[in-house]
Amino acid sequence: MDPTPRLALSGIAKRYGPTLANDGIDLAVMPGEIHALLGENGAGKSTLVKIIYGVVQPDAGTIAWEGRAVAIADPNAARALGIGMVFQHFSLFETLTVAENISLGLGAGESLAALSARIATTASRYGLAVDPARHVHHLSVGERQRVEILRCLLQQPRLLIMDEPTSVLTPQEAEALFVLLRRLAAEGCSVLYISHKLAEIQALCHRATVLRAGRVVGACDPRVTAPAAMAELMIGRALAAPARVDRPAPGAPALVANRLSLPQDDPFGTALVDVNLVLRGGEILGIAGVAGNGQKELLAALTGERRAAQDDAVLLNGWPCGRQGAAARRRRGLAAVPEERLGRGAVAELSLTENALLTGTDGAMAQGGFIRFGRLRRFARGVIDAFRVVAAGPEAPAASLSGGNMQKFIIGREVGHGPRVLIASHPTWGVDVGAAMAIHAALRDLAATGVGVLIVSEDLDELFSVCDRIAVLHAGHLSAPTNVAATSIDAVGLLMGGMGDAVAA
Amino acid sequence: MRLRLERRPALSHLWALLAPLLAVALAAAGAALLFAVLGRDPLVCLYTLFLAPLADANGWSELALKATPLLLCAIGIAVGVRANVWNIGAEGQFTIGAIAGGWVALAIGPGGGWYVLPLVLLAGIAGGAAWGGIAAFLRTRFNAHEILVTLMLSYVAVQLLGWLVRGPMQDPEGFNFPQSPQFAAAAMLPVLFEGSRVTVAALFALAAVPLAALLLGRTLAGYRLRVVGLAPGAARYAGFSEAAAVWTCLLLSGGLAGLAGVAEVTGPIGQLTPSISPGYGFAAIIVAFLGRLSPVGMLFASLLMGLLYLGAEALQIGQQLPLAAAGVIQGMVLLFLLGADVLTLYRVRLAGRAHA
Repeated sequence: MDPTPRLALSGIAKRYGPTLANDGIDLAVMPGEIHALLGENGAGKSTLVKIIYGVVQPDAGTIAWEGRAVAIADPNAARALGIGMVFQHFSLFETLTVAENISLGLGAGESLAALSARIATTASRYGLAVDPARHVHHLSVGERQRVEILRCLLQQPRLLIMDEPTSVLTPQEAEALFVLLRRLAAEGCSVLYISHKLAEIQALCHRATVLRAGRVVGACDPRVTAPAAMAELMIGRALAAPARVDRPAPGAPALVANRLSLPQDDPFGTALVDVNLVLRGGEILGIAGVAGNGQKELLAALTGERRAAQDDAVLLNGWPCGRQGAAARRRRGLAAVPEERLGRGAVAELSLTENALLTGTDGAMAQGGFIRFGRLRRFARGVIDAFRVVAAGPEAPAASLSGGNMQKFIIGREVGHGPRVLIASHPTWGVDVGAAMAIHAALRDLAATGVGVLIVSEDLDELFSVCDRIAVLHAGHLSAPTNVAATSIDAVGLLMGGMGDAVAA
Repeated sequence: MRLRLERRPALSHLWALLAPLLAVALAAAGAALLFAVLGRDPLVCLYTLFLAPLADANGWSELALKATPLLLCAIGIAVGVRANVWNIGAEGQFTIGAIAGGWVALAIGPGGGWYVLPLVLLAGIAGGAAWGGIAAFLRTRFNAHEILVTLMLSYVAVQLLGWLVRGPMQDPEGFNFPQSPQFAAAAMLPVLFEGSRVTVAALFALAAVPLAALLLGRTLAGYRLRVVGLAPGAARYAGFSEAAAVWTCLLLSGGLAGLAGVAEVTGPIGQLTPSISPGYGFAAIIVAFLGRLSPVGMLFASLLMGLLYLGAEALQIGQQLPLAAAGVIQGMVLLFLLGADVLTLYRVRLAGRAHA
């Protein structure tokens, strides 16, 4: 084996204002190695790969490529060296074909026909089913990722960086991705694999480097290291096992969708078709599915941001409210935690106190049209204390909180308003492990008090650990829910990929 | 080499407050330069512009007279901007307010009792609000942006006034001058001090300051407007109606501008004429931003802009400078303010290396 690392970083540092995003990072990736970069949100993973890919410049430290010191001025320079990167958020034009999109990325004067032939050859060589002539908006998220990977492969990379690639994939698609990455590694290509999902790192990676607060806190062979040990390295303390809360038997239907249909509101949206759903008080129902299969539309229809054609399409504690708006439904006990925190769940420029009012305008926080700031401040302080939100105080602007702390505040606020139904969208997306556990515990506690909790998430591990029942949303259709104990991640994965008939058969 | 703007990591509240003062100082320097180029003594001109108008009590009352419509219009504009509703047609609502109030005053004629003035004022408020309401309707129904609609409706209003005072509302005994008859005494606003021209409208403007502060800072209605302006997504999530915000802001700012308009014609002017406003509605936009959209800030800004109007008149008389000098200086204040704001939010970096 070649002893020269493909990529060697030493002493990489990068400062953003008062935060040291990277603090003296050393990292070596060997040829043909699948190397995991592991860490919580904000640990400095993104900054580090942006430095490797030339998007940002380090303040200090050196980069050696195959034993030779290099300065990577921009992504073009990175690609010239043989570094390819697949971002978490794709950069594809929906109205263009696959070949046109790839041609844009390459920038060279190759004819579209010649490029299409090259795409087809490379795709078949790696078993990636992609038709170069298809328009991107017809492709599923998994297919789009394949286009991004193909774009990298056409440049014969010697280091491929994958940023949380499985967050948008069904389990089956993820397994196919692993096969591809293993094959690339066998051909000598190095892979830098960023993730915080320990199970897939164990299954895939040869080596793992763990980051915490901008520093390397350890390295290990994930194939032989216990996941708990890696998690401890990652968050810096032992993880407490979640306590199972005893919950009462599910009560009366709290939120019902009755043949709920909703047309798409933009050309690339998804229409909801005859969605039926019964959420009972005291249960946690999970809705799985790959993003873009109607989650946004379902949430809008349930919360009242978009109105259905008939009132009885949505029942809130028996009250037909399909044509009622969000404020009316909230008055009847519906609370919601949206996917985006700043700009939707909270207003970045306002203080936590003022943000506490966002969904509390009908309660005791106002009288005669005037805001009762004293009560509001006490309420905000109560949420901060109960959910251990790290903030300068109730007067801190929402923008000053980290994503996880803001999410804890928003969930705490919604719980604090005493809802009868809570709808949470991606409640722990981008949240660190500690905050995620606190959020899951809060949702379980809430259900234990008889509140119906609906969770929409792409993270199957999350749904399986928190929910009682799981239904799958695919292409605007919702499958019948099954008990978590009676199904498996694989079965749900097939439904997510639209293979519901195969499961039923 | 090229210049690049980088967002500052932390905002300086001190600089946000100093920016308007800096802008005024720079505009004064720019004005001095302009005076020198025009062959006048800059120091004498600056004295004439900023200090001479305030040399006596009459000057101060004239200042209050000019600041009143500016402040009324600016408060409405600022409440709108907080909700991301841009009413830049206060000039038109001002004009329609004057027309509506004037029409009621002329219709009642010389008779009538104490109720005449309130009726006239309410008609002015309603007229301005209706003019703003047209823009609100077009925005909420057809998504026509209020910036364009309110601006264009201003010209419609001014032309309408010009036609009315040469046609249906012209004074039959006015020797064919383009003006309406004088309003009856019962329709006129009382003056504050004997011998001055400043009316009780100045008190309305002063009262609007704490009321606006209360609305924005303490009430649910103001909170909803701010959320709609800051984060439309959060407003939809919370169930705050954007259409309601558009209607509220345009009716409110239109009504305040209409009040300013009717107060002008039932105060110092006393009748309808083709030119009832030296651009108060447009200058009020500068007042709103110079005052940082804060009611108290706008109080001071309106006094400053009022002073510019007075000073420009003094320059015209004392230094034979055209009245347009006031417009140039107003423009410089706004330009320097916008520049200072950019530098408060961003810092300029020299990017030495061009990107491939």
